[in-house]
This record gives sequence, C-alpha cells and structure tokens, in this order.
Amino acid sequence: MKRRTINNLLNIASKLFLWAFSLTIITGCVDETQTVVTLNTPVLSEEFDTDGAPDPALWSYELGDGTEQGIAGWGNNELQYYTDRPENVTVQNGFLVITAREESFEGSPYTSARLITKDKFEQAYGRFEARMRLPWGQGLWPAFWMLGADIDENPWPGAGEIDIMEYRGQEPNTVLGSVHGPGYSAGESITKSFILENDRFDTGFHVFGIEWAPDYVNFYVDDVLYNQITPADVPGEWVFDKPFYILVNLAVGGTFVGSPNAETEFPQTMLVDYVRVFK
Amino acid sequence: MVVNGNLELTYILTLVNNSMKMMKLTLNKLRISVLLGAVVAITSSCTWEPSDDFRPATFPATAEVFIDGFSGGLEYLPFEGSKLDAFTVDTEEFYAGTASMRFDVPNVGDPDGAFAGAIFPDYGGRDLSGFDALTFWARASKAATINEIGFGNDFGENKYNTIINGLRVTTAWKKYTIPIPDPSKLTREDGVFWYSEGPEGGDGYSFWVDEVKYEKLGTVAQPRPAIQNGEDVEVQTFIGSNVSVAGLTQTFNLVDGTNQTVTTTAAFYTFTSSDPSVATVNELGVVNIIGTGSTVITAELAGVKAAGSLTIESLGAFTAAPLPNVDANNVISIFSDAYTDVAIDYYNGFFTDGFQTTLGGNNLLINGDRIINYTELNFVALKTLNTVNASEMTTYHVDILVQEPEIKPDDFIRILLLDAGPDGELGTGDETESSFTIPSSDLASNEWRSFDIPLSSFPGLNTSNLSLFFFISDGTNTSNPGSITNILVDNIYLYR
Repeated sequence: MKRRTINNLLNIASKLFLWAFSLTIITGCVDETQTVVTLNTPVLSEEFDTDGAPDPALWSYELGDGTEQGIAGWGNNELQYYTDRPENVTVQNGFLVITAREESFEGSPYTSARLITKDKFEQAYGRFEARMRLPWGQGLWPAFWMLGADIDENPWPGAGEIDIMEYRGQEPNTVLGSVHGPGYSAGESITKSFILENDRFDTGFHVFGIEWAPDYVNFYVDDVLYNQITPADVPGEWVFDKPFYILVNLAVGGTFVGSPNAETEFPQTMLVDYVRVFK
Repeated sequence: MVVNGNLELTYILTLVNNSMKMMKLTLNKLRISVLLGAVVAITSSCTWEPSDDFRPATFPATAEVFIDGFSGGLEYLPFEGSKLDAFTVDTEEFYAGTASMRFDVPNVGDPDGAFAGAIFPDYGGRDLSGFDALTFWARASKAATINEIGFGNDFGENKYNTIINGLRVTTAWKKYTIPIPDPSKLTREDGVFWYSEGPEGGDGYSFWVDEVKYEKLGTVAQPRPAIQNGEDVEVQTFIGSNVSVAGLTQTFNLVDGTNQTVTTTAAFYTFTSSDPSVATVNELGVVNIIGTGSTVITAELAGVKAAGSLTIESLGAFTAAPLPNVDANNVISIFSDAYTDVAIDYYNGFFTDGFQTTLGGNNLLINGDRIINYTELNFVALKTLNTVNASEMTTYHVDILVQEPEIKPDDFIRILLLDAGPDGELGTGDETESSFTIPSSDLASNEWRSFDIPLSSFPGLNTSNLSLFFFISDGTNTSNPGSITNILVDNIYLYR
C-alpha cells in the first residue's frame, strides 16, 4: 500500500508537471487569447484499491442489451449483454477489470460491463481523467465518457455527451475524443482522433483526459493536448454547462466499430488504474 | 602476428567468397579465432586470464537491407535450381528513391530454372535485437502469392529462419511487415532477407520489393506463439524413437489491426517435457523417447506460453518386425530397411474424397528402423513415385502389427493393389486392381505377423505398372465397421 501511495504521488506530481507543460504549449503556440485554468484540486480519486465489486457508493451498473431502456443494442446495434457478474467486472490488484466474453447469454452472443456514476458523482467543469489499458481486436469498443445528468428529462442528444476516449480494437494506436449535442450528434458529432506514434493503447497504460471549463473542452492523452472544442466549434446549442456523470464501458460490435471477426480473440480485458476528477 | 594474418585472410576471403557457400564454414572458424585473438591481445598486457573488460562481440545494428541499392555487406546467393538471373536492380520501377529489387519468376519449363529464389545474407553479421520487424514495400505484375519470404536463411544453420508462407501481393505498392518472433535472440544474424517463389498456375510473372529494412515499429504486439500449429497432437511411439516438435508459428497483431503469422524455428522457443523420464526434449525441439508412459511437450516463446502441445504415448520397448531373409537380387522393395527401396511419392494420399480418415505415414524411426504407423485407419494408399514392374515377381510381402488391445472376429485387413496400366498414368481407364483379405484369425494384438501373399491371389491384376498399395480395415467405417484403426507396417516388398 505504501509503495502504491508513493507511486500515486509521483503520478500526480508528474501529471502536474506535464499539464503545466501542455498549458505552456497552448499559451505559446495554439491560441494566445484563450482562457487557461489549472484544475488541480482533487475532487474524486477512485484508485480501485479494494478487491471485489467496484465501490457501490460511486458506481452503478447499466445491465442488459438496452431493450429495457428502449434502445436495443444501446442505440448503436451493439452485440453485448451487460452484466454485473465478476466474470465481466471486478476490481483486482489495484485495477478495475472489465472483461468482454464470447458466450451466449440472455440471447446475446457476448457479455461485458458498463459502469456509471449517475446520481452518485456528477459535476460540471473540471479535469476528468482515467489511466487505462485498452483491449484489442476487431469489434472491441471501449469508452471513457460522460453524459448530461439531466438525461432523464432531457433525452439524448439534448443532454449532451462528452467522449473523453473512444477506441476501435482494430485501430490499436488511435483514440477519439468527441462531443455530441443537439444538432451535432452521432455521425455529426464534433470529433478528433489522436494517433500514438510507435506505440499502441493495448500494450501499456495511458492517461485519457479532458479539461472542461465553461467555454471549452480540452482533450489530452498522456502529456499531449490534441484538441480543444469551444462553443464556436459546435453547430448547435452548447450544452456543456451543467453537471455530467461518468461512464466506463467495453462494448462489442455496433455501427461505430463493426462486428468482431474470426480473428478477434476473447476474452478481452480493459484495465482501469484510476479515475480522477479535479476542479 | 597471427591475429593480423587472420584478419587479412578474412578480408581476402570475404572478397572472393561472394557466392561460395562451401567456404563459409572456414570463414566463420577464422572469424572466431580472430575474435579470440583480439581478446588475448587486449588482455595480454596484464594477464592471460579473461578480465572484466571482456565483452561479447557485438555486430552493427544496420537496419537497411535494400533501399536504392545493396546495403553494406549484403550479398546475393541464388538457390540451386533457381533461375540465377531472376533478381535484378530495377531503376525504372520503384516505390521510393531511385531503384527497387526486381524478381522475375520463370514460366514452367524455363530451361534457366524452375523457380526464383535467393538469399541476401550479410556474413559480417548484424545485431537485429533492437528491431521488431522486417518491412518492405512490394507490388507485382499480377496479383500473386509469394511462397516464402522472410529472413534467417544464411545457407548455414538457418537457426532463426522466419518467413511468411504465402504472402499475397497485388499490382499496387503496399507495405508488408514480417514481425521478429523474439528480437532479443538476433544479436548476430547473417541471413537478413530471402525469398522463394515459383510460377503461378504455370506462368511466370515479376514482382518488385523496395525499401527493405528492419524497423522498431513499437506496434508489433500481442504475441501468440504456437507449436503443432496450435493443436494438441498425440503421438504413439516406443522407446528409442524420436519425434520433432513441428508447426512452429508466432502471430502478432499489427498496427492496422490485422494479425500476421510467421513460420519460424525451434531456436526461438524453450521446450519442456512434463515427464522427463518418458522423454526429453532438446533446444531444437527434438523429443527423445527414453521410457514408458505419457509426457506432454509444451513450449514458451519469449516468456509467452505457446498454444498447442505434443503428447507422447510411449508404449515401451519396441519389438522390431522379423528381419527379411530373401536375397536382395530377388526383391523389389517398397518399404524396408533391409533393402534399397524404390522412390515413394507418398505414404498416405490423404484422399480428400470425404471418406478417408487415416492419419500418419512414414513417421516412426525407432533405433534407426523406419516404421509406418497408420492411425484412425479406414483405408489408406501408399504410392510409388514411378510405377513398379513386378511381372517377374511372384509374391507380395508385408509385416503388420495391430495396435488394438483386442481383435474381434469380424475384423480384417484388406490388401489392395492397383496397377496404373500400360501408360503408367492413374485415372486413364486402363488401371486394374485386386485385393486379398487377411482374416482376423491371422492377426494378433500387438504382435508382428508376416504375410506372404502370392500375386496369383490378386485375380485380374496386371503387375507391370504397380502404383498404389492400399491397406483397408474399415476401422472407422460406421456402415461396415471393423475395430482395427491403428497399425504398424514394415517390410513391404515384392519378391520371387
């Protein structure tokens, strides 16, 4: 435990340094007029240090294939059935482990898990980041993302969606950061991809984050800030001005990623070292 | 100094050695003595013992093989029987720069050679341990499949020979990646590039390869090594035999999401025998059976457990078939260590008619004695390369050991011979065939039985162009079942 704490401190320290470095780049080169804030006060630090089921005080599950929610295939023709079984989601050795399995379950050909912080942790603005190792292979679609907390009254895409990290298993060196809102959702979302040079996301851990302020969302991977989205970039209403909750899931198949093929190896695991939020 | 003398000699030999593989052994020996000499020279000022300054020899980490010309030290050595001028440097057609490697695959029947194939070694040696793949761009004059292309062939040990079997190329330039199964092994590699390709459907064509180099891509990931092609294979055998682990492959996921499998060698693996008192396995993947019982051979490659296994069922001491005593002058031998055999096309035709289940063939070597083992037998045919003229012979001989614990009254082994007819070709309508059935009463469980069957017992059979030698038990035939599915066969010959 002690070593882990020191590591965490080191991580935080290096992150502070890297973040400062990124900000320098923004100020110096990208846009001298933009507002820059430093968001380094911890609000949430989920380190997954207790083995077993994820902390119920923070996480809930979304279960099934979406039919119960009225969106079979979770709105994207996804193929998995989400469960809360330890075979699909557990905390082990300091990591949240989400495992996608190929098994016939309740009429679906795959199982996996989707965790949400709805009604448990919701926040407007701040720095949201997770350190993760992603799965690999055609048809795997992991995501670390956020939805507007008023989604029950204000249906998607009105509630807004921020995809901090999305990834296609068949493009192991590429992640995408996006926002969806009214008039710019699904295929019309505002998005940008980030390509890791001479490396890939399934062989080691990487930090995926946003820094979100009233008039921008900055997207970064590790120490690289690769995109900034402002109200001027969206062709509709800017809905990123209210609390959002966090989602972590591993989908299988669907329109975004395509179905797994004969070469896709199962089970596939996604590891999350931590989820942290700063203000 | 002797050291200097060797250095000069090595240099001269390198100059004259461009295509003389026979001299390479000598050259390597000289190089070793040069290295030792250098160490001695360094250390001789203080002591004759190797000191802390001793370092293993290192070799240059040269990445380039062919960019616009030969990289330093690279040589061109075509395979024997290949079209010697199949390779040229093409300055008209290239992917980048000013030139590419062009390979002209001959048509079938080309008097200059039946195929195109060559190695491109650098006998100075290269340290490739810092790279994870050999990459190149390629295109062809028509869509084609290159039989073998890769690295590790140096006309010597070929210790780390690694290839893609069947690389599909099209008429458009595309980059190809041949991942290195475990780069840490390649601290001194001579065979930096090689290929072999034959005509496609009888026709020759040309293909171009450019920007051939080693790279540290950083995206060659998710290694999935395999032995026995990832299958769990079981082999029944005896003390004194040896079996080689086969089907060695390594598969990586590449950055474009595709998986690339390469065929590779035992030197990359570490093998383990679960019961070394039954069989040991050496670093070349050769399993030596030394005891009775069962052991499972498994392997790791760079710390990753290989898929697949080889289970050895050792039945114990082997009793050889009775030694033939017919004068060799009166024998045409098909399969016997007592005589000189005619050339065999195959020991198991693996007929793809949907009915044959039989596995195995000439696959046992026990204390130097070759034995045929057929398993899952229902029927099987052995074919000679050329037809056999047995018209002067009177008798067919075979020794059979049935490896079933029990032989049932309805069991049999039918010997069927097929003559190809006057034209010597199969499937032309002039064939004759006839069979003789050995009843269960003449067979014994786990004991050799010798059969001498007069050729007159094969009514209607011509014997001037014998071609196929069948063994039929219908052991796995559900409509006409016999229970014999596992037999050893030795000493098949015709005599008078």
